[in-house]
Amino acid sequence: MSERLRARFAEAKGEGRAAFVAYVMAGFPEPDQTVPLLLGLEAGGADVIELGVPFTDPLADGATIQRANEVAVAAGVTFADCLGMVREARAQGLSAPLVLMGYDNPLLAYGEERAAADAADAGADGFIVVDLPPDEAGAFRKACADHGVSFVPLIAPTTAESRMGEVASVADSFIYCVSVTGTTGGAAVPPEVGELVATIRQHTDVPIAVGFGVSTEEQVARVGRVAEGVIVGSAIIAAIEGGSVEGCVDRVRAYVERVTGRSREGA
Amino acid sequence: MSTETRSELAPRFGEFGGRYIPEVLVAAHEELEESYEAARRDPAFREELATLQRHYAGRPTPLYFAERLTEEVGGARLWLKREDLAHTGAHKINNALGQALLAKRLGKPRIIAETGAGQHGVATATVCAKLNLECVVYMGTEDIRRQSLNVFRMKMLGAEVVPVDSGSRTLKDAINEAMRDWVTNVRTTHYLIGSAIGPHPFPTMVRDFQAVIGQEAREQMLEQAGRLPDVAVACVGGGSNAIGLFHPFIEDPVRLVGVEAAGEGLAEPGRNAATLVAGSPGVLHGTRTYLLQDEAGQILDTHSISAGLDYPGVGPEHSWLKVTERAEYIATDDAEALDGFQRLTRSEGIIPALEPAHAILPAIRLADEIGEGGDVLIGLSGRGDKDMHTVAEALGVTL
Repeated sequence: MSERLRARFAEAKGEGRAAFVAYVMAGFPEPDQTVPLLLGLEAGGADVIELGVPFTDPLADGATIQRANEVAVAAGVTFADCLGMVREARAQGLSAPLVLMGYDNPLLAYGEERAAADAADAGADGFIVVDLPPDEAGAFRKACADHGVSFVPLIAPTTAESRMGEVASVADSFIYCVSVTGTTGGAAVPPEVGELVATIRQHTDVPIAVGFGVSTEEQVARVGRVAEGVIVGSAIIAAIEGGSVEGCVDRVRAYVERVTGRSREGA
Repeated sequence: MSTETRSELAPRFGEFGGRYIPEVLVAAHEELEESYEAARRDPAFREELATLQRHYAGRPTPLYFAERLTEEVGGARLWLKREDLAHTGAHKINNALGQALLAKRLGKPRIIAETGAGQHGVATATVCAKLNLECVVYMGTEDIRRQSLNVFRMKMLGAEVVPVDSGSRTLKDAINEAMRDWVTNVRTTHYLIGSAIGPHPFPTMVRDFQAVIGQEAREQMLEQAGRLPDVAVACVGGGSNAIGLFHPFIEDPVRLVGVEAAGEGLAEPGRNAATLVAGSPGVLHGTRTYLLQDEAGQILDTHSISAGLDYPGVGPEHSWLKVTERAEYIATDDAEALDGFQRLTRSEGIIPALEPAHAILPAIRLADEIGEGGDVLIGLSGRGDKDMHTVAEALGVTL
């Protein structure tokens, strides 16, 4: 629910820190690892989770997340399967707000209205749709609003300042600020990201989470000083890939504990 | 924020088209749209393009009466619009010239492009050489294998050819990789899309640049045949040569028939590229259009003997022409395309590319059906030199 996302950003703010937003791809490295990974992310200290919905043609993603998409597509993981994973993770005690992230076509194939309704029912809290800017999202935004899930818009370094207010106005939980012009897992978050966040801030009070090019402790800390949320994706996929399948949950949890400097054991 | 309010160019064709793109590319599309609107109204731009089309690309291309083939068939007269005679050997130059001039206007010194058969890559590399623009072409490794001659041509023209080894290693994946380059380098780079696909304004802009095919053919039919054709037939991959041929006839009483690639047959998903015949609507590469996809919305692999038709999407205007029933879409398989290739080669001494070879047998059937006194116009979108290795392989000949 949008409300669960808002509460989590507010909670982090109350603790004087940025929310840590962690991405994993559903079905990667193997479908039965996804629920343990979601729980491991939360145990490691993730405040918000993005669950990637696999797609054959992830044209905004760099090599790392492309590979994860290919593996998950090859394993036959569908949007319906993603909802099943969310449902199971909730049943096993996942409390962090969870946002489904991916591309428009799998949602269209499932049905936009049905996707929003079933996501809410499964325990998901929102959507990030990379290739669905607010301009084209009228019907889907309405479906999300009707079912109480959040439609999270993106703002990029190339977004005209005149457009920022309009994009921000559709946000009801947080805004995804893309730190660099590029794909995921590409160039490192640049020093001037603080200025970008400050510019967006002039147009909205909604929390801003920064992603793309954030992987090291230093980058997480630096972005956390200028934004309400820090998003890490490719580095988590890389941690999953960095050893045996059985060890992936431990590695991801260790990574999140290290970069957040905390854990939410028992949360 | 609505694209409708800012533009005189309609962003959609009915329910198809639109702009389904990452936020990072929104500004570039708005800039491109504004620049194209201004350019199309600017007599100086139109004059510069017309001059290049005439003296550099060799336009107008001939309309050729295929007399022997017509005699063999014994039905309606068969006419070929000879885009194979345009500079670089295909219709792709029409669009490449238009967009490269636009990139100059935008002050973008770097051009990226995708290519399947290599014809669009060659056309783009050619105009970049002429206009002194940096050129990077993305091409699937499977297509590089099939089209090695065109790869070498592009390199000779000064382009960098980047192999794409993801997905099906064909046109779709080359487009993905070009998009990734564009989201990274959008401030300095224009993405010169090669077909009437992609986000608004590309489908409209590419169609406008290719409409010269149909405009010329319409005048030439009236002059040489004394009447409009009964039917215009063209192959459809992304569909730029077909929409260019069809568009000027839309208001006329002319049947429009698009021929897709049935590959190894329509029965098995993933072994053809007949998007309009066998697909369903969805969103890919920034536009809402017909796609070859599974029930979960994953894009299917495609197959066609011709690299240029090997694409799981199609231009959104074709989707609209299909649902409004203004155009008909059929599919021809690999074997029929090879047959059409040989028929035209032997009876007219014109070696077509494998893409338009798909339109030959359907055109012959239409000529037979319409009968004497009728006229069938075929869009011969390119020449077949590039396909000699593929054809030899398919015929079991070792070169």
